[in-house]
Amino acid sequence: MTDTPNAGQGEFPIPITVEFTGGLELLFENERKHKVVLPARLEDGSRPNISYLLKYLVDNLMKDQRIDMFIMEDNVRPGILVLINDADWELEGEEAYELQQGDNIVFVSTLHGG
Amino acid sequence: MAPTACFNCKEARAVIIRPKNRHKLCRACFINIFETEVHETIIGTNLFFPGERVAIGASGGKDSTVLAAVLKTLNERYNYGLDLCLLSIDEGIRGYRDDSLETVKRNAVQYEMPLDILGYSELYGWTMDQVVEQVGKKGNCTYCGVFRRQALDRGAARLGIKHVVTGHNADDVAETVMMNLLRGDLPRLSRGTSIVTSSDASDIKRSKPLKYAYEKEIVLYAHHRQLDYFTTECIYSPEAFRGSARTLIKDLEKIRPSSILDIVKSGEDMAALVPVEVRGAGKSKQLAEEESAGGCGSQNGRTSGGEMAAMEAQLAENEEAESLETEIKLHNGSRVKANRGPTGKAVKAQTIKHCERCNYISSQRICKACTLLDGLNRNRPKTAIEVGVGMEDEESSSTLMRQMERAQLSAT
Repeated sequence: MTDTPNAGQGEFPIPITVEFTGGLELLFENERKHKVVLPARLEDGSRPNISYLLKYLVDNLMKDQRIDMFIMEDNVRPGILVLINDADWELEGEEAYELQQGDNIVFVSTLHGG
Repeated sequence: MAPTACFNCKEARAVIIRPKNRHKLCRACFINIFETEVHETIIGTNLFFPGERVAIGASGGKDSTVLAAVLKTLNERYNYGLDLCLLSIDEGIRGYRDDSLETVKRNAVQYEMPLDILGYSELYGWTMDQVVEQVGKKGNCTYCGVFRRQALDRGAARLGIKHVVTGHNADDVAETVMMNLLRGDLPRLSRGTSIVTSSDASDIKRSKPLKYAYEKEIVLYAHHRQLDYFTTECIYSPEAFRGSARTLIKDLEKIRPSSILDIVKSGEDMAALVPVEVRGAGKSKQLAEEESAGGCGSQNGRTSGGEMAAMEAQLAENEEAESLETEIKLHNGSRVKANRGPTGKAVKAQTIKHCERCNYISSQRICKACTLLDGLNRNRPKTAIEVGVGMEDEESSSTLMRQMERAQLSAT
């Protein structure tokens, strides 16, 4: 694991797992599980939260152009569930939740049929 | 944030907030309560009888997979005595249905249920791949929906089964209520909310045991039980779910989660206010054929309205004047109560017939599927031009373009 420029004194980057299911994986090259390493601190000194993660995913992981099928008005599109370590993100503070090392974040679409 | 304890057992960590009442539940309590509520729906509506043979319309998607899993669980837990099986329709869409049928085959093993697969090619002589080649990608959902509706009934009949359950959920029902409200379609509004749809003419009964289950909870149930389900977008309408009614429902849920069940409840209450003669009016005609729109979970809300409207317009042209007249009278009748007597009579006079071609129940001489097939077969060798006539300009021209492209390709 390498230090990122943004990591503060003695603070380690945050490795997490991001999963896309329920059809969302189609927007991420049909790959369900992704390993992501986030900086310990952002430029403004704050810790990365879900809002940051969303932007990070769109900027770094998502090659599909249909961003609005994932993000709407800077947040997760209604109809997509977010689970933080298997719990509904509403129980964890939604987009303000600050990511911890080893977190498992799952995005599940309820919008796709079968 | 400190972990929240489960509202029910007060012990385990809550992982779910229920949309309908905001209760925070742990995994085990959630699964148990979800199943219990479906059980209560089944008991409260006398949905099944002991020994009944029931076919689960299985697509491999989340709704039907959860339905199969829950019914198997409940059947064993409460001794319903049901003889359950899976019934799948193969539309003939390469790269889409093949994969989901593999899921259904695994489900059959996992749930120890017999599986029957019935193909469009077998039933109609056309796979959806061939239909799309003929009519283009726009509007093909109409064909698929009409064909599927009959296919499930025929599949059940072939198995000698008289009850087909489908995975329609509360979101689907709420969406249907909104659609019918916006269209002012009272007969369909009154039927769409009902848990059982059956017609006097057909001996196949349809029901939706998950009609009070939130789509969100269905997905979470599948997630927490780690059910094996298939998700992809149909290759012929990859962005179908962007439909406006669906978006409206999801936006409302975001603002106030109980909205979905509130809409279902409102739909039921409004349905109770629909006069009996109006309620029965569309029955013969629409039950058999038009509810097929709900084919892909709920196709009617997920497709962008234009193409559906265009196809419906085309179909309407083919319908007999008699039914058109009934339709108009029906609207009058529902608005002006004084006219109800004669109107009711006119409506009742509409009789259920059988399609002259295929013998499927239909209010028309020729059922919708056969009408569509007519169009397809007529154009089989040279394609598209005639099909395009009744549709939007845009559509026919794009179909024509496709034909021309192919012609050029084959010429080189």
